Order: sequence, then structure tokens, then C-alpha cells
Amino acid sequence: MLAAGERKLALWNMGVAYTAFLIGTLAGLLQVFIRNDQLELPAWLDYYQILTAHGVLLALIFTTFFIFAFFISGMSKSLGAFGPKVLLWNWIGFLVMLAGTILATVMIVIGEASVLYTFYAPLMANPWYYVGLALFVVGSWIMGFALVGHYMKWRKANRGELSPLFAFMTVSTIALWVIACLGVVATVLFQYIPWAFGWVDTINVELSRTLFWYFGHPLVYFWLLPAYMAWYTVVPKILGVPVFSDSLARLAFVLFILFSIPVGFHHQLMEPGISDFWKFLQVVLTFMVILPSLMTAFSMFANFERAGRKNGGKGLFGWFTKLPWKDLRFTSIFIAMAFFIPGGAGGIINASFQLNEIVHNTLWIVGHFHITVGTPVAMTFMGLTYWLIPYLTGRKFSNTMKKLGFIQIGLWAVGMLLMSTAQHILGLLGAPRRTAYSNYNGHESALEWFDGILTNHVTMAVGGSILFLSAMLLLYIVIMSAFVSPKAVEPHEFVEFPLAESDKRATPKILENWLVWIGIAFVLIIIAYAIPIAQMIQHAPPGSRGFITW
Amino acid sequence: MHLHKYEKIWLVFGTVCLIAFLSIVGVNAFAHDHTPAGGIETIDPEKVRETAPFNEPGVKKLDDDTYQAAIVASAFAYDGGQTLTVPVGKEIIFKVTSTDVVHSFTIDNTNVNMMVVPGQVTTKSYTFKEPGKYLIICNEYCGTGHHFMYTEIEVTE
Ligand code: HEM
Ligand SMILES: [Cu+2]
Ligand SMILES: [Cu+2]
Repeated sequence: MLAAGERKLALWNMGVAYTAFLIGTLAGLLQVFIRNDQLELPAWLDYYQILTAHGVLLALIFTTFFIFAFFISGMSKSLGAFGPKVLLWNWIGFLVMLAGTILATVMIVIGEASVLYTFYAPLMANPWYYVGLALFVVGSWIMGFALVGHYMKWRKANRGELSPLFAFMTVSTIALWVIACLGVVATVLFQYIPWAFGWVDTINVELSRTLFWYFGHPLVYFWLLPAYMAWYTVVPKILGVPVFSDSLARLAFVLFILFSIPVGFHHQLMEPGISDFWKFLQVVLTFMVILPSLMTAFSMFANFERAGRKNGGKGLFGWFTKLPWKDLRFTSIFIAMAFFIPGGAGGIINASFQLNEIVHNTLWIVGHFHITVGTPVAMTFMGLTYWLIPYLTGRKFSNTMKKLGFIQIGLWAVGMLLMSTAQHILGLLGAPRRTAYSNYNGHESALEWFDGILTNHVTMAVGGSILFLSAMLLLYIVIMSAFVSPKAVEPHEFVEFPLAESDKRATPKILENWLVWIGIAFVLIIIAYAIPIAQMIQHAPPGSRGFITW
Repeated sequence: MHLHKYEKIWLVFGTVCLIAFLSIVGVNAFAHDHTPAGGIETIDPEKVRETAPFNEPGVKKLDDDTYQAAIVASAFAYDGGQTLTVPVGKEIIFKVTSTDVVHSFTIDNTNVNMMVVPGQVTTKSYTFKEPGKYLIICNEYCGTGHHFMYTEIEVTE
């Protein structure tokens, strides 16, 4: 069992994560019904207010707090108990993050920040919304650096040795996060806050968009890499095999750092202010991420096959049926991975220079991120939650909970399949995202979107309702494992943190040389961004004053 | 570093796919001139109404085969002169800008899908293949009236 300090810290992070999840999914439920004209909100509540809450609470707050709960537990498990300093700084970081979260959420709830989680200028929210977001990021940095401090101490004590895989991956993810946040910190600190408080009159809109997306794309890898960590280190243990290849796993993470940051322009392909050449360069860099993704897919299937054969699977695909399907920890993550296959393929479409025109800002995009972050990431986190909370609280995870867990992931999979398929097709037909209604006063062309078997007014709502049911079931399991289930007494009743052996004897030392990799990352970033950003500053139009259009 | 034999095959396959994808996209973009909406022209967002061509929004014939449509987007409407009417089979150069927040100018059933950013002019050239009335919508969130922001363009023979 982990030291009491880390357990408490991780549980608090988990608590905030699931509180955000509760409010966020409730917002999601309202959205599907409002969009379909089945629900009217009271005058003090607005669709875009709800949508802002949904995006912020699920995509930013739920994910980040959960990720830190996972990191804290795993770092303590693989490197040993935290010292008092590491623990203290983690708490400080957590509290700063929480303060930022509360501040931003209050601004959304009182209707002062219906600017969505992308807060594009010159929409101007209450300045305290931006302060809240800034605190959130600063808090995450403090926690991140505290964990890196723990890692450095281990490195010092174990000179010349490669760190355990879990720790290596945690540090890679934190490195990615810190580098990515530089963009959003720059725009919030130097552009939004002075402007929203009225210290300056105008804002350079195109620059703010570019700095935002410099962050916004790697943000998705910040969600994804912790899920990959579970796939690389937790799943093999559940399967009863060692990590497939330690060096491959490390190389994949290094490549994710290199190829996820200098690519934000692929979110800006349809807009002015960036020349075609620079857009195209970033499209090329975007596609590079296919390589570590394929490496990851390979390792996963290699592990499945090895485990299946070990259990007596014969023939080309016989191993498949021999996987531990009755193990909730495995099945949940397997479904999560399966959703990532169409998710990744859709990503290639979005990033393609011209194809993006067809899908940009349509419901396709909403479908896309519900089958990337909303399922592969979220469902991996659910799969981890089942054992992580009992592990931290020392409670039992009963058979009833297991059954409920299977129902929960089943419902989530079905709900997402319905909702995201409908969203993908509606998007291809042209239905826009981020609209309270999309019938344009009964315009013929708009009504046609909703004529299909899957794309009618009912499917999305049915999908959304199933999802909400699943979310409530999950929260029930969370509350039971956190507060109610009986304490484990017998040794076999204790839930384990499944962490696979990783043979690092053949792993090249250079893979853990951060100076090299972070150095290369910055070179790539400078190549991709220095000239276009310089142009945006030199060739800037007169800035924009703020607008409150909600 | 040791890589499994199958893994090498898999990565070579991946790399070849990668090169193929990028070549297709690249050739399409730079040899066939199929590039998305963009442009690096700037404008003072406070003076849009006084700046050509947005001082007279609407469709203008440039020569026998090309027309220009200048459109001003603002919360929550488009100003493209009276009604937008363009001929089928001719190149239409859309030029759009915003007087306030970010909007989009998206024509249903076409690949015209432009972001409209204050301070910038977005340009996209398109040739309609079929006559008819096309729905134009704003698909970038721009405020409470975002879902009412739409207009029509008529494509005539
Ligand atoms: C009960 C489950 C959920 C339902 C019913 C739901 C529903 C929706 C709907 C209908 C939209 C589109 C709104 C629009 O474009 O007008 C949306 C947007 C979104 N959802 Fe979900 N969702 C759920 C869970 C999640 C989860 C778990 C995540 C991520 C962890 C997530 C992340 C997002 C994001 C980032 C947006 C975009 C917000 C924006 O455009 O600003 N959703 N959701
Ligand atoms: Cu608009
Ligand atoms: Cu709009």
C-alpha cells in the first residue's frame, strides 16, 4: 500500500475530478435535448453557458485532476514514498489548481464567461475567468514540478540507471504539458488579462488564436499519454506478461513530445493570417505522429497475442478468445482502445489540408473528440478508477461492483457509438457544431441533415441519455469504493496497483537524456512557429476591442 | 536498440503510407492549387465599412469568368448587399471580414468553409456546379444569436 500522504492527495484529486465529471455530464445531457428542441432552459441559463461548462469541466478539469491522481499513485508506487517537500508542493499545486477551477467555474455559472473552453478573442469574458484558467495551469505546473523533483531525487540516488518505465512516462507527459502550456500562458498573461482588465484597449486576435492552438493540440496528447501509460504498463500486468519492449515504449513517448507540439496550425487551416506554406509544414509534422501511434498499436496487439497464446490460444486468431474478458480492468481498457482506431483514422482526415474544409467546425469534430477523449481516454480512466480508488482507500471491490462496472462500460460504449456516429454523419452533411438549435428557421437545406436513419432528432438524444445513465452508474461505483464498501481485511481482498515488469537492459541510455529531446522539441517549435509568429506581430492589423455578445 | 522483425515491417508500412498520404495532399495543394481558405491581407476592424471592397458589399463582375463577392460578417448577420446572386460555372472569389468577433462563412453542400477573423480578410475561390439556393451559416460560435446567423446565396444559370 502507498504511504498515507500520497493516498490522501490522490483521493482528493480524484474527488475533484469526479465532481467535475458529474456537472459536466449533466451539461452534456441537457445539450442533446436542447439541440433537438425538446428542452427549454430558464431565462437565467443559456445553452452556451452550459456548453462552456461541459467543455471546461470535462475536457480540462476532469482529465487533469484524474491524471494527477494517477501520476501521484504511480510515482509513489514505482519510485517510493514522497518526501515531505514533494508532498507539500503537491498540495500547494493542488490547491492552486482547485482555486483556479472554482474561480473559472463561478464565472461560467454567473454567466460572465460564455466564451466556451477555447475562449477565442475578441469575445471578452470577465477577467477573473482568465485569471482562473491561469491559476489552473500554474497549479498543474507546481504539481508537475513536484513530481519531477521526486524523480530527480531517485535519479540522484540511482546514478546511471534508467528510471522505471512509469516514472519515465510521467516525466515525459509533464514535459509535454509544460512546453505546451507556454503558449496559453503567454496569451493569457500578456494578451487576455491586460485587455480584459482594461489596461490595454485592444488584442491581436490572430496571434492569440495561434498561441492558443500551440497549446490546444498538445493538450489532446496530455489527455492521451496517461491513457497510453496505462496501456503500456498496467494492461500487460493484467494480462500476465511483461512490457513488450521497454525501449519501444520510451521511444514512442519521446516521439510524442517531438511531434505533438509544433502542429497547432492544423486547427487553423481555414483561416487567414498564416500562409499556405506554413500551414502545410505543420500538416506534415502532424502526420508524423502516425509513427508512434502505429508503434503503440503494435505493442498492444503483440501483448494481446502473447498473453492469449500463453493461455492456450491456438491458430492465427485463437489467442483473441483467450484474453481475460471477465476481468473488468482489462475489458474496459480494451473497449477504450477499440474506439481509438476510428478515432485515430478520423484524426488523419481532420489534419488533411483539404479534407478539413468538409468537416471544419461541423458536428463531425464533436463526434471525433467523443471517440478520442470522450471514450478512449475517459474509458481508460474509468477502467483505472475501478481499482485505483479501492487501492487508495483499502476497501474491497465486490462482485456486485464488478457487474455494475460491466454494465457501466457497456452503456458508455453503446451511448457513444450512437451519439458519435450520428454526429459524424451529421457533420459530413454540413450540420454545424456549437449551436443551440440548427434548423435555421426550418430552412429546407438544414432539415435535410436530420433525415437519415441515424441522423434524426432522436438518435443523438437516445445516445446522450444512455451516456448519462452510464455516468451516474460510474459515480455510484466511485462513491461506494471511496466511502461505503467494506474495508479489506484478508490479504487477498486488497486490490493491487497492477504494474508490469519492464526489462530495460537493452534500452539505450540516450532515451532518458531530456536535454537532447527537449532541445530537439524546441528546434522543431522554432522552425514551425518563429517566422509565422514574427509575421503576425509585424504585419498586425489594428487590434480588436472586446465584445460581449452573449 | 532491438526491434522485432514484424515491427520493422509494420513501421516500414507505416512510413510508406505516411509518405503516400503527404504526397497526395501536397500535390493536390501546390500542383492543383487546391488550398483552403486563407490570405494574409489585413484590415482595420473598426473601419471595415469605409474600406474597399467592403464599403460596397455584394457581388461584382471582375471579368467574363470571374466574380468577386465581398461580404461583411457581424453579430449575427451577413451583409452581402441586397441578395447574393452569382452565376453557375464561373469562378467566384469570396472575400469576407468581420466587424466584431470571429465568425465563419460556410456554404452548405460546398467546400466553402472560411473562418472570418476581425482584422483579416479571408479569401476563397469557388465555382458552383449546380444552380439553386444554397444555405450559408456561421459555424464558429459568436454569441447568443450564433444559431440564427445565416443567409442564402442564389446560383443562377
Ligand atoms: C454524458 C456524456 C456526454 C454527452 C451526452 C455529451 C454531449 C455533447 C454534445 C451534444 C456536444 C456538442 C455540443 C455542440 O457542439 O453544440 C458536446 C461537446 C463536447 N464534449 Fe461532450 N458529451 C458527453 C461526454 C463528454 C466527455 C466525457 C468529454 C471529455 C472528457 C466531452 C467533451 C466534449 C467537448 C470538449 C465538447 C466541445 C465543447 C465545445 O465545442 O466547446 N464530452 N458533448
Ligand atoms: Cu457568427
Ligand atoms: Cu456564429
